Amino acid sequence: MIELRAVYVITARELKKLLRERTRLLSTIARPVIWLAFVGVGLSRLVPTGGDITYLQFFFPGVVAMTILFSAIFSAISIIWDKEFGYMKEILVAPVSRSSISIGKAVSGSVVSTAQATVVLLLFPFVGLHLQVGQVLLAVALSGLLSFCLASLGILIATFYESFESFSIIMNFIVMPMFFLSGAMYPIKQLPPLLAAMARMNPLTYGVDALKNVLLPGTDVMMSADFPLLTDILVLSFLSLLFLFMSTESFKRRI
Amino acid sequence: MSAVIVSNLRKVFGPIVAVDGVSFEVQEGSIFGFLGPNGAGKTTTINILCTLLKPTSGEAFICGYNCLREPEEVRRCIGIVFQDMTLDKDLTAYENLLYHAMLYNVDRRKRRQRVDEALRFVGLYDRRDDLVKRFSGGMKRRLEVARAVVHQPKVLFLDEPTLGLDPQSRTNLWEFIRRLPEEQGVTVFMTTHYMEEAEVCDRIAIIDRGRIIAEGSPEELKKTVGGDLLYLKTRDNLQAAERLSTGLGLQATLRGDEVMVEVPRGETCLPDVIRLLGDDVISVRLQRPTLNDVFLKLTGKKIREETPDEKDTFKEAVRAYRRRFDRT
Repeated sequence: MIELRAVYVITARELKKLLRERTRLLSTIARPVIWLAFVGVGLSRLVPTGGDITYLQFFFPGVVAMTILFSAIFSAISIIWDKEFGYMKEILVAPVSRSSISIGKAVSGSVVSTAQATVVLLLFPFVGLHLQVGQVLLAVALSGLLSFCLASLGILIATFYESFESFSIIMNFIVMPMFFLSGAMYPIKQLPPLLAAMARMNPLTYGVDALKNVLLPGTDVMMSADFPLLTDILVLSFLSLLFLFMSTESFKRRI
Repeated sequence: MSAVIVSNLRKVFGPIVAVDGVSFEVQEGSIFGFLGPNGAGKTTTINILCTLLKPTSGEAFICGYNCLREPEEVRRCIGIVFQDMTLDKDLTAYENLLYHAMLYNVDRRKRRQRVDEALRFVGLYDRRDDLVKRFSGGMKRRLEVARAVVHQPKVLFLDEPTLGLDPQSRTNLWEFIRRLPEEQGVTVFMTTHYMEEAEVCDRIAIIDRGRIIAEGSPEELKKTVGGDLLYLKTRDNLQAAERLSTGLGLQATLRGDEVMVEVPRGETCLPDVIRLLGDDVISVRLQRPTLNDVFLKLTGKKIREETPDEKDTFKEAVRAYRRRFDRT
């Protein structure tokens, strides 16, 4: 059984805190800006895209996806911290089901990370993109889908770790490889078969690809999206449901 | 009526037996104290009662609901103040309580009123819009007590509520706890390793190494140690001791520069002793047995003798085990 009030309380709490902590909001925008400016601009001078977009523009959807990846995974991973020391205990003894707690965490994580992705998306004029309102709205919606998918995955990961020392393991062995092998920095159609196969198993790939489809339409074949938008949406939706189910079951059993 | 019934509760973490066949009942509307040194099994018992931990064997009921089979019903009728702080420091006092009221499904129209009442009860109404991180340790504790009664639980668990507080905050907090059964209509189940604090309890169970070694009211328990102790300073202690044993038939022994006499009732014996010794008496003090003496007598050790290291080692062992095997 799922109690909506639990989902609401968990989400309201996260949002209230996010809005209250200006520095946290600012620092989440700092990372993508640093990547865009220091990596994107630099590589733009070096990498010929051979088409109508610059490398910086090609990189932009990847940076939006990166914002979501970090925000969604780490807001879910706060469960590890919470359950050992703090607020999670208060929620665990409340008369609400384990499923609603886990779903509440997934929803709150995705709301927060969609909000951050939206802020980064609005930087599009600085990379020289010209977007219509419809494109931005669609990109926000897709960010929401990707956020939910990754937040659910984050909860699944969090249920397997007990201490905060695992933070760096998750960072180095899950988050960073996921980012590099997502097509954010280069098109995956140019990868050798083994790496391409790995990229196809990466959920983030479909998020990056969906954003490319919307933000960089009509680009040359070489730098364009790798899959049709519908495929991206279907894969992300399927994975969201799968991760949500798995994380909820795992949460019930392990926490 | 018993608000809490526990029978033959046992919890084993690998090689460590944390709770070893514990049974007790808590009367509705009373304050029940679970007393023992660190690592005696107090928190483990509370976690089982709060449905956070499954027992290895045995049963526990709260308000007639089975803690193992009806956890949601149990959670609905309990409130808890954990040993570690579980407030959200980045929210205000009011927000912490309001979210709690929502989680416990307090009626929408009564929510604000209940939160305000609870804040007034612990004297934090004026600070309701302050962030919790600006609160002192004592205020945080009081706020946790307030939060735990917002949804009007039938049974309130307090796990070492005064741990880490300064003496003034402790006294302050005890005042609130003492008033709980009457003003909030709850049964209180608390743990502590401060013997003197357990005096407010109607009934006490002393637990050591996972077993209950004594149970009763503070008065009853103190009687098991024997009577009161009279310490006399006299002009001639040796002679005074002799006169006391021949004249009044009392067991008198020399302790330092004083004569110690064990008497059944200090107040009534004192006049007789003074009359007998007359002007020889220089000073008298009467010492009643404390719950510390009870613990000392039962276990042969003082309750706070162990070093912090031991406590941490034990907790770490349990945690390490739970990390690997026990995820309920």
